[in-house]
Amino acid sequence: MTSNLVSGATGDWEVVIGLEVHAQVSSNAKLFSGASATFGADPNQNVSLVDAAMPGMLPVINHECVRQAVRTGLGLKAEINLVSVFDRKNYFYADLPQGYQISQFKQPIVGEGTLRIDLPDGSSRNIGIERLHLEQDAGKSMHDQHPSKSYIDLNRTGVALMEIVSRPDMRSSIEAAAYVRKLRSILRYLGTCDGNMEEGSLRADVNVSVRRPGEALGTRTETKNLNSLRFIQQAIDFEVTRQIEIIEDGGEIDQETRLFDTTTGATRTMRSKEDAHDYRYFPDPDLLPLVIPQDEVNELAAALPELPDQIKDRLIGDYGLSAYDAAVITEERETALFYEAASAGHDRKLVANWMTVELFGALNKSGQTLTECNITPERLGGLVGLISDGTISGKIAKDVFAVMFETGGDAASIVEEKGLKQVSDSGAIEALIDAVIAENEDKVLEYRAGKDKLFGFFVGQVMKQSGGQANPGMVNQILRTKLDG
Amino acid sequence: MSVDKTTVAKIARLARIHVPDERQQAIATELNGILSWVDELNEVDTENVEPLASVTGHALPMRKDVVTDGDRIDEVLANVPESTGGFFVVPKVVD
Repeated sequence: MTSNLVSGATGDWEVVIGLEVHAQVSSNAKLFSGASATFGADPNQNVSLVDAAMPGMLPVINHECVRQAVRTGLGLKAEINLVSVFDRKNYFYADLPQGYQISQFKQPIVGEGTLRIDLPDGSSRNIGIERLHLEQDAGKSMHDQHPSKSYIDLNRTGVALMEIVSRPDMRSSIEAAAYVRKLRSILRYLGTCDGNMEEGSLRADVNVSVRRPGEALGTRTETKNLNSLRFIQQAIDFEVTRQIEIIEDGGEIDQETRLFDTTTGATRTMRSKEDAHDYRYFPDPDLLPLVIPQDEVNELAAALPELPDQIKDRLIGDYGLSAYDAAVITEERETALFYEAASAGHDRKLVANWMTVELFGALNKSGQTLTECNITPERLGGLVGLISDGTISGKIAKDVFAVMFETGGDAASIVEEKGLKQVSDSGAIEALIDAVIAENEDKVLEYRAGKDKLFGFFVGQVMKQSGGQANPGMVNQILRTKLDG
Repeated sequence: MSVDKTTVAKIARLARIHVPDERQQAIATELNGILSWVDELNEVDTENVEPLASVTGHALPMRKDVVTDGDRIDEVLANVPESTGGFFVVPKVVD
């Protein structure tokens, strides 16, 4: 493995990163009210009197949100706490009408777990999960609609969030991005969060510090609300450079909350009062402790889908795929299911190649998703089948694929219709070769006189005459006999 | 545990409650009275007793994941000093 150390002016530095990811729970209604949790309604449309914190309103927890948190905990191989407690986290902000966020502080619903990350070089590493707790999301403030006023929309207020806290186990921005990518993948497999980072369903706060290798942890900063993998990497890289510079110049790092500017890629101090983090947590007197029966946990565990790590291991172990291909194919559940269906009964590795190179390439170019495009698992499998049994060459297959991608239809019919079948009839190939030899008598003489390189020219001519359909192996063999013999 | 005047001022600020300077010492004294009474509870032996957040012994009642509320914007905005286009309008707050 390559070293993750960063060299400064005075020596090497080790980077220490921990992440807090906020993942919006997929549910119909909010965590403690019956208002809709969907995105995109008119302002304040999805707001109940509980969400608006009208006096006397009481929260009642949504059972499905609890089950989603348990499923996620199981997916992270984490300890499920059968008894957990909701606390009030007190602070004042215009988009938090209660004056506190209902969260879980001392007794979260999920305890320690692990997440295996897949790195670009094909290696994997385990990152510790410290906890997962349920909490309410806040509303949305708009500050750019009026010179002296802020506009508040409470639609998101009270929507269930899972805050997933990692151990400070990551050592580079690449590992941090791999962590979020894998976490997102697992949440999407489980169906517990849609993972849509652009819409804010998944966002990360990054804690970064630097130290001399082997020494005690340095002072960390927290950069909040990063909603893309690229921003996460940029914010970390910026913080690492900034912190090393400060320390090497004899300064000290302030433990503080910072904001990331998406246009400049820089982080800056968040203007806030010094006691903004004095949240005065206490158990919410409106909510009894949350008790989950072990039977329900067992039932949820039994119904868990196969997760990306399990599928990836199977693709490597049983089908012989490379770690890289297996990671790419299993990142999204749809892709993994597509691959399993397409490769069943066919050359598994060849199907993986066609998927990761041709199919993903075509999707990238056209901007379509796997489910939208004309290629079905059966069609891709069929195409690979035709290559494997020698009906068409790999080169022709690319043309067939392009037609299939454009217009649909299955590979066998396209090959039939366009007459692209590979010619493996030795008589037909011989006839082609004879014609080429007859037309190029001078070249034949040169070849026989020792100009070996011309062999390639003859192969090219024969393939061209056949419209690319002649079986290249047979062309080579017969040509060799005719020219040398 | 005891609180002084500075702590009272800090708690008041965090809770956005205006406590005039001349009241702060009196409130600190009152709070210390409550705290010393609570401190007496420390004399109870709680070894082998699980911490608890509720005394009723009931489990938390739960709701089905069904949308039963919302779409009541007139009621939600009924008491606001200012609104526009369905938004609450408040003095500008920026971090």
